[in-house]
Amino acid sequence: MVELVSLFLNSVFAGNILLAYFLGMCSFVAISKNLNTAIGLGFAVVFVLTVTTPVNWLIFHYLLAPGALAWAGIGDVNLSFLRLIVFISVIAAMVQALEMLIDRFSASLYAGLGIFLPLIAVNCAILGGSLFMVEREYTFIESVVFGFGAGVGWMLAIVAMAAARIKMRYADLPYGLDGFAITMIVTGLMAMGFMLFSGISL
Amino acid sequence: MKLTRTKTFKAFAEPAWTNNPINMQMLGICSALAVTIQLRTAFVMTLAMIFVITGSSLIISLLRKIIPGNIRIIVELGVIASLVILTDEFLRAYYFEISRLLSVFVGLIITNCIILGRTEGFAMSNPPHLAVMDGIGNGAGYGSVLLSVAFLRELFGSGEVFGYDVIPQSFYDAGYEDMGFMLLAPAAFIIIGLMAWLQKYLSGTGEKDR
Repeated sequence: MVELVSLFLNSVFAGNILLAYFLGMCSFVAISKNLNTAIGLGFAVVFVLTVTTPVNWLIFHYLLAPGALAWAGIGDVNLSFLRLIVFISVIAAMVQALEMLIDRFSASLYAGLGIFLPLIAVNCAILGGSLFMVEREYTFIESVVFGFGAGVGWMLAIVAMAAARIKMRYADLPYGLDGFAITMIVTGLMAMGFMLFSGISL
Repeated sequence: MKLTRTKTFKAFAEPAWTNNPINMQMLGICSALAVTIQLRTAFVMTLAMIFVITGSSLIISLLRKIIPGNIRIIVELGVIASLVILTDEFLRAYYFEISRLLSVFVGLIITNCIILGRTEGFAMSNPPHLAVMDGIGNGAGYGSVLLSVAFLRELFGSGEVFGYDVIPQSFYDAGYEDMGFMLLAPAAFIIIGLMAWLQKYLSGTGEKDR
């Protein structure tokens, strides 16, 4: 249990998927202009990461990993080279399915998240989450915790950034530094702040 | 006609400098920065990127007349993903050490917005030779940013260039120290920010957006 809490804290802070591994930058830069949209996209990412990472874990460990097909009697088959293409298709399919489910069961949630879900299919944080899950050899429970933690960390970063950019609108910056450049520098400062958490261990 | 005025050259030069994919279009930063701690990994990443973007542009451009319009994104993704898998497997087989260092970031080329953007925006509507030049140009522009960030980080972070010591021992004896900060993630963000500032300042064409 303690390890899971520590894994969660690590994936939110010190190992933040955006600030330490640079994943999901595209939508981070584009969406953090507006606080409300940032919160919406943040929730959508948490949701999708929490679902796709464990699903990809199951697919990898029961279909693709070396020897994973032993239950079907063909244990010496290694399909792990297919993981990139399978993961990206699973993510696209899951996002599509989630969109339909949310549309069916909760109109208000759909109004809030709906427009962000298609965007997420090509967000590298989602594919990155699944690939890290394979590389770090997480167990199933760990993959759930990691997916959730990575999503929360990404959301925390984009919401903080959107809040900081509201303040920056009133800053008088030299020509060329405004917009993209200052966003990156502020992200760097934020990454420094998040790194301080790396000293904490449970 | 001079070489620099031909349409083919323009297809290469425009994305490589004047309309550089990282700074100007702000795309594809995703997978770029994590591999910039060393020049060596950044260089391999650049080669992988050039291979994938050129190959996918060529293939899509050759197939552009027979791909049905409404499933083109899936076809494009399929082509890109196959090329990325080829690259990944090649690195694993022949350069295992480097492939360990690049870890998941080769795979993440799939979700790189530049590649899908170029196949969708350029290769779908242009003949193969232009699409190839555009692909190489985009790859080179991406690589130039990646390599300059990696150069700064490796030089100041560990005093090396491509793994060779370049800071003389006498500097260290005189009290010079490597900046450990350069090897951490925040340094990459700050360097990219400063470079974007420099390029926007020099080209003087950036639109005002906040």
